[in-house]
Amino acid sequence: MAAKRKRETRLTRGRLALYHALLLGAVFIGWHLMTNPLLVSEEFARNSAFFFGKPLVVLEKTWDWFASGKIYEHLLVTLIETLLAFGIGTAAGLGVGLWLALSPLASALADPYIKAMNAMPRVILAPIFAVWFGLGILSKVALGITLVFFIVFFNVYQGVREVSPVVLNNARMLGAGPGQLLRTVYVPSAMSWVFSSLHTAVGMAFVGAVVGEYLGSSRGVGYLILQAEGAFDINSVFAGILVLTAFALALDMLVSAIEKRLLVWRPAQGETELL
Amino acid sequence: MQVSNGTALALDNITVTFSARGAGTTTYTAVGSTTLKIGAGEFVSVVGPTGCGKSTLLNIAAGLLEPSAGQVNVLGVPLAGLNRDAGYMFQADALLPWLSAQDNVELGLKYRGVAAEERRQRAEQWLLRVGLAGHGDRYPHQLSGGMKKRVALAQMLILDPKILLMDEPFSALDIQTRQLMENELLDLWSADRKSVVFITHDIEEAIALSDRVVVLSAGPATHPIGEFVIDLPRPRDVNEIRLTPHFVELHTQIWHAMKDEVLKGYAQSQRGEADSAQSQRA
Repeated sequence: MAAKRKRETRLTRGRLALYHALLLGAVFIGWHLMTNPLLVSEEFARNSAFFFGKPLVVLEKTWDWFASGKIYEHLLVTLIETLLAFGIGTAAGLGVGLWLALSPLASALADPYIKAMNAMPRVILAPIFAVWFGLGILSKVALGITLVFFIVFFNVYQGVREVSPVVLNNARMLGAGPGQLLRTVYVPSAMSWVFSSLHTAVGMAFVGAVVGEYLGSSRGVGYLILQAEGAFDINSVFAGILVLTAFALALDMLVSAIEKRLLVWRPAQGETELL
Repeated sequence: MQVSNGTALALDNITVTFSARGAGTTTYTAVGSTTLKIGAGEFVSVVGPTGCGKSTLLNIAAGLLEPSAGQVNVLGVPLAGLNRDAGYMFQADALLPWLSAQDNVELGLKYRGVAAEERRQRAEQWLLRVGLAGHGDRYPHQLSGGMKKRVALAQMLILDPKILLMDEPFSALDIQTRQLMENELLDLWSADRKSVVFITHDIEEAIALSDRVVVLSAGPATHPIGEFVIDLPRPRDVNEIRLTPHFVELHTQIWHAMKDEVLKGYAQSQRGEADSAQSQRA
């Protein structure tokens, strides 16, 4: 039964990609039909084009941005902000997570504050960061870090807590010192938790960068979107969203690829070996 | 028999009391005043009813747990901290799932700072000795239960510990694999006769492997209630030896010593369940 199902999904992997493309195409066609006076009345089309933009114009706009090179400057800034926030936030989450998970005293002391800071709506910090760090990339990176840090932190903390006590005792009996335990047991064990958090963290790093730009900047895709909104240029807004989504997706796929390489030891469901 | 030029491991008047977290009794005494001596090169099995505190006793010997009272002597020296002269084989899977079989076997040497090349060679030799040559690059989830136990055996033995502590290592295996592993363990053991403490609930396994079988009482406050010297000739084949008359005779003796305790242990576990059910209702 299970084997049969597996074979079926294997066979349809190519077909699934086709269905994905068809679904996306259907959405675009539906969008197109709603915003052009082919099937709907002229007034309805005008109204919906005002609110949703026109797909062909959105794509054309996106193409223009890349063809004219106008987007690169902004995209580069947004990507740098995102990657910095993602990298620093992840590293800090990993470090603090390991530290607190392994030190009961520090953990007990920090617990209520960590919970409070996590519960806080941190996006509201953006204007404060703008005052502290100016309108350059630093304030956006800082906002991104506060968003990424907690996601990674909680997962590392949980991952370390869930280390199998038998495996831990085994490593100790084999002669592992504290540093060796950290490297060979705690970190690898926490890794599968970390990677599942990184997928969320990538999105959050983008949110930090774009929201920061939106609230005050002179460059970045968030800035482009803000400008377009100011001019009621809904097509440019959607084009900006499209570009951001594509890059967030690409970054997420990169995380998946690294995850697949690093976590080869993890059993896949119903994995069989091909002879 | 081949006992003993000295004592390898001595548990002296060990008592272990846990503070209970739940309501009701404030403490639970798992082990009560137990004295146990393992001679150098001696293979001792400890049998007892389920849940009587056999594993607790072994954790004390390993230094993973500190006794509430009493003292552990390893090769004549009082034990403080972990027992560095002992290898421990766990009942559950204890291999590091993120390391290949080869890396798992190398692990202890790596912790000791042995050079990579020497590590690799020695691990390969050990994988060969436990019959897993060519499987070194597999991860634990890709190995069968018996193969995992072989890797765990190699992981422990590569460090050449003087004392082996084994906590029902083969209890999760099917009966055929288990007998194979028992024979293999005896082969490996007879090569250099380490001191072994082998915990099991299976009397047959205990007799087939050991020089001496110690029977523990039911918990709480488990303690030895009987000792049987197994004077069956070595080398043994665990399949064949089970059929000899002397084996059957020993089995009968040990079973008689254990029977009441097993019933007691069963009654206690029943009562425990009833208690917890009652407290849940309350």
